[in-house]
Amino acid sequence: MLHIVNKSPGERATLDSCLAHVRPGHSVLLIEDAVYAATKGHAAAAKIQAALATAKVFVLAADLEARARAGAVIDGVVQVDYKGFVELVTQNPRVQSWL
Amino acid sequence: MVNEGPYQRQSSDSAYLFCRAAIESGHQIERVFFYHDGVNNATKLTEPPQDDRNVVARWTKLAEEHGVDLVVCVAAALRRGIVEQNLAQGFRISGLGQLVESAIASDRLVVFGD
Amino acid sequence: MSEGAIKKFLFVNRKAPYGSVYALEGLEVVLISAAFDQDVGLAFLDDGVYQLAKGQNTKAIETKNFSPTYRALEGYDIEKLYVERESLEARGLTEDDLLVDVQVLGATEMAALMDEMDVMISF
Repeated sequence: MLHIVNKSPGERATLDSCLAHVRPGHSVLLIEDAVYAATKGHAAAAKIQAALATAKVFVLAADLEARARAGAVIDGVVQVDYKGFVELVTQNPRVQSWL
Repeated sequence: MVNEGPYQRQSSDSAYLFCRAAIESGHQIERVFFYHDGVNNATKLTEPPQDDRNVVARWTKLAEEHGVDLVVCVAAALRRGIVEQNLAQGFRISGLGQLVESAIASDRLVVFGD
Repeated sequence: MSEGAIKKFLFVNRKAPYGSVYALEGLEVVLISAAFDQDVGLAFLDDGVYQLAKGQNTKAIETKNFSPTYRALEGYDIEKLYVERESLEARGLTEDDLLVDVQVLGATEMAALMDEMDVMISF
């Protein structure tokens, strides 16, 4: 299953809602303002780090670059382009957007 | 499925770029369904500044070049003043059943919204 | 997926009613889906649990109270209503505060349920 989060954890609790439903082997993709969560020094980074123990975490590079955070991604989180986003959708049998 | 209007949120941009990448990767985007304020993607009355992207025109181009079916929910559209007279090229107004129908027919449904 | 096969749908409701239109328009999709003979379930998580709160009175905000519709879902053969326990608890609610019979699931069970779905439409 692919979980998509698009809101900054500073604005909404959707990252927490998402992470509470991530099962081993699931993938999480952070897009739009959610990309901040996967950057070094962010208060939410520890949650991402913890999720990495059982799940895969991806972040949309285009949204990171737009926000000047591409150089600050925490270890273990994989940057993908839009084609990578498409691949994640095709690789996972179901998708949940945590809006 | 696009649930937010253009410009206010990034949802329409993300959805469009996702659709374009899917098509470039050889996948078929059968339909984009516009719901909630997403119906505002379908108005031909928008005039963004020259140096900004034209969200509505991009959808129209996607429909024309790749045969993507752009469907606007009629109930949501009527609530927000989107009618045949101000509908941009490439869009059509139809019922919510079109969303359920494409969810049944397609391999994947991705929701973009707020 | 062969033609005519039934898909498992889960409508994931995570937003409170009235403050935004998602709950109301989400319910409209649910009602339409009943016509397609699919396996339809509704999940209520986070502020979405407020959609099912008993005693909603919208007179003074001059907005239609659509909460009775949840009780009518049974008539559409939509009987799978799942509510997340943690979401209720975090809001000081119990099952008794809800206007319709539901199945209360913990987050872990909800995650397992989601993993069985073919389509998830989230509002």
